[in-house]
Amino acid sequence: MMLEVEGLCSQYGRIPALKGIDVQVREGELVALVGANGAGKTTLLRALSGVQPVSAGRVHFEGADITSAAPDKRVRLGVVQVPEGRQVFGPLSVEDNLRLGAYLRSRAEAALGIERVYAMFPVLKSKRREPAGALSGGQQQMLAMGRALMALPRLLLLDEPSMGLAPKLVEEIFACVRALKAASTTIFLVDQNARAALAVADRAYVLETGRVVLSGSGPELLDNEQVKEAYLGL
Amino acid sequence: MSAQFMQYLLTGLTVGAIYALLALGFSIIFNASHVINFAQGEFVMIGGMAAVSLTAAGLPYLLAVPLAIAAAALVGLALEKFAVEPARGASVVTLIIITIGASIFLRGLAMLVWDKNLHPLKPFTGDTPIAIGGATILPQSLWVLGVTLAIVLALSWFFGRTLLGKAMLATSHNRLAAELVGINVRMVLFLSFGLSAALGAIAGILIAPITLTSYDVGVMLGLKGFAAAILGGLGSGMGAVVGGLVLGIAETMSAGYLSSAYKDAIAFVIILAVLFFMPSGLFGKRGGERV
Repeated sequence: MMLEVEGLCSQYGRIPALKGIDVQVREGELVALVGANGAGKTTLLRALSGVQPVSAGRVHFEGADITSAAPDKRVRLGVVQVPEGRQVFGPLSVEDNLRLGAYLRSRAEAALGIERVYAMFPVLKSKRREPAGALSGGQQQMLAMGRALMALPRLLLLDEPSMGLAPKLVEEIFACVRALKAASTTIFLVDQNARAALAVADRAYVLETGRVVLSGSGPELLDNEQVKEAYLGL
Repeated sequence: MSAQFMQYLLTGLTVGAIYALLALGFSIIFNASHVINFAQGEFVMIGGMAAVSLTAAGLPYLLAVPLAIAAAALVGLALEKFAVEPARGASVVTLIIITIGASIFLRGLAMLVWDKNLHPLKPFTGDTPIAIGGATILPQSLWVLGVTLAIVLALSWFFGRTLLGKAMLATSHNRLAAELVGINVRMVLFLSFGLSAALGAIAGILIAPITLTSYDVGVMLGLKGFAAAILGGLGSGMGAVVGGLVLGIAETMSAGYLSSAYKDAIAFVIILAVLFFMPSGLFGKRGGERV
């Protein structure tokens, strides 16, 4: 088991956001997390990255207990997140954004990584000197994904990669997700586009008000009446 | 250009360069934490007073100056570690009040360690004025301008070319994203206090031979540096430099042509005017947050 989350709780002030989450991700898997707004999806990913405090529970990554590890230590271990809303460094150039993605990696790894990201997203190469803030939403999403790949993730946490993008771009982003999966990157994907997320996922969890209410394989959940009604609009 | 105007301009540039160094210190800490460090002026005092003591103890400048800068940088790091860091998570206003408390504490401590007298520091290279276009300039003023220029160039290299510098910029722009790429944002804050303190100390050592120094020299210089930072736009390096020079020149011009009684008032008029009419300053980011 690559990632093992047991009974994870987290709260904002006195309002609980996660109420005992159990989630597992195996190496090479693409696991999706679907749920309505406010279900706690982003909170869970932030807790996994160490930027959201947890009040109870354990997180194990490749056998090591990282429940209270600092964010930079998790990145070093290979738990890397593409945050919701892209969060690129607007005033810095595209290339600087990518270079900072490899902040904890060696110069050689960074140089190699940049070539890989440019091969994957050629548009970033043509805009390498431009400030990241000047890119379109879709390009910023590519940059955010590229920046995370620079850190050589063992487990990639993707938070709402298709949010706010035109349908054509959503397709493009999901094509990237499939390509990453094919390259055997382990991915934990959160997306409000439940249909697309479940379609690419090996397994998935359904989150409701801070609790996992359903889990199963991607196709299984796509067929589930409850899921269809609540998240697929059928 | 009259000789008199030239003289005011040279004096203004010298003072302005000192304000610029202070404003840079304010901006670096502001970028890392959104805190306005009101103890910035005390670093100036510590740098100047330490240099006075060390040279009085017989150390050559080449040794005394780096030691004085290091002493101030250590105080800056200690301030972050023992006063700001423990209050992590507190509101920005709380942190600002902590820095005000720290400045009062440091000033009191300096009064005990040293005394309440004014102390001269020997100019680095003599005090024979040099004539420039009818005006004169002290060799020490050339030191002030030259060192400030060197520091501005070094800082723009650091923030524009090095990974650590870019990481500090990235943290100031988006703290969450910085944490997610593995930047240790607490270390960035720690470093920014050390760097700001060193800049303040350099300013204090440069200006001490011209204006003398004492335990409370940081109060007024700190406020002037703050005014310069506000004028330029808090957080902007370019703004800090321009703000400092404009403030220095405005001050000496008004002292020369109006009355020297109003000299110190200029800084405060500028703070008020900027806050009323141009809250983000000359080079600051538009919009921003409400407090």
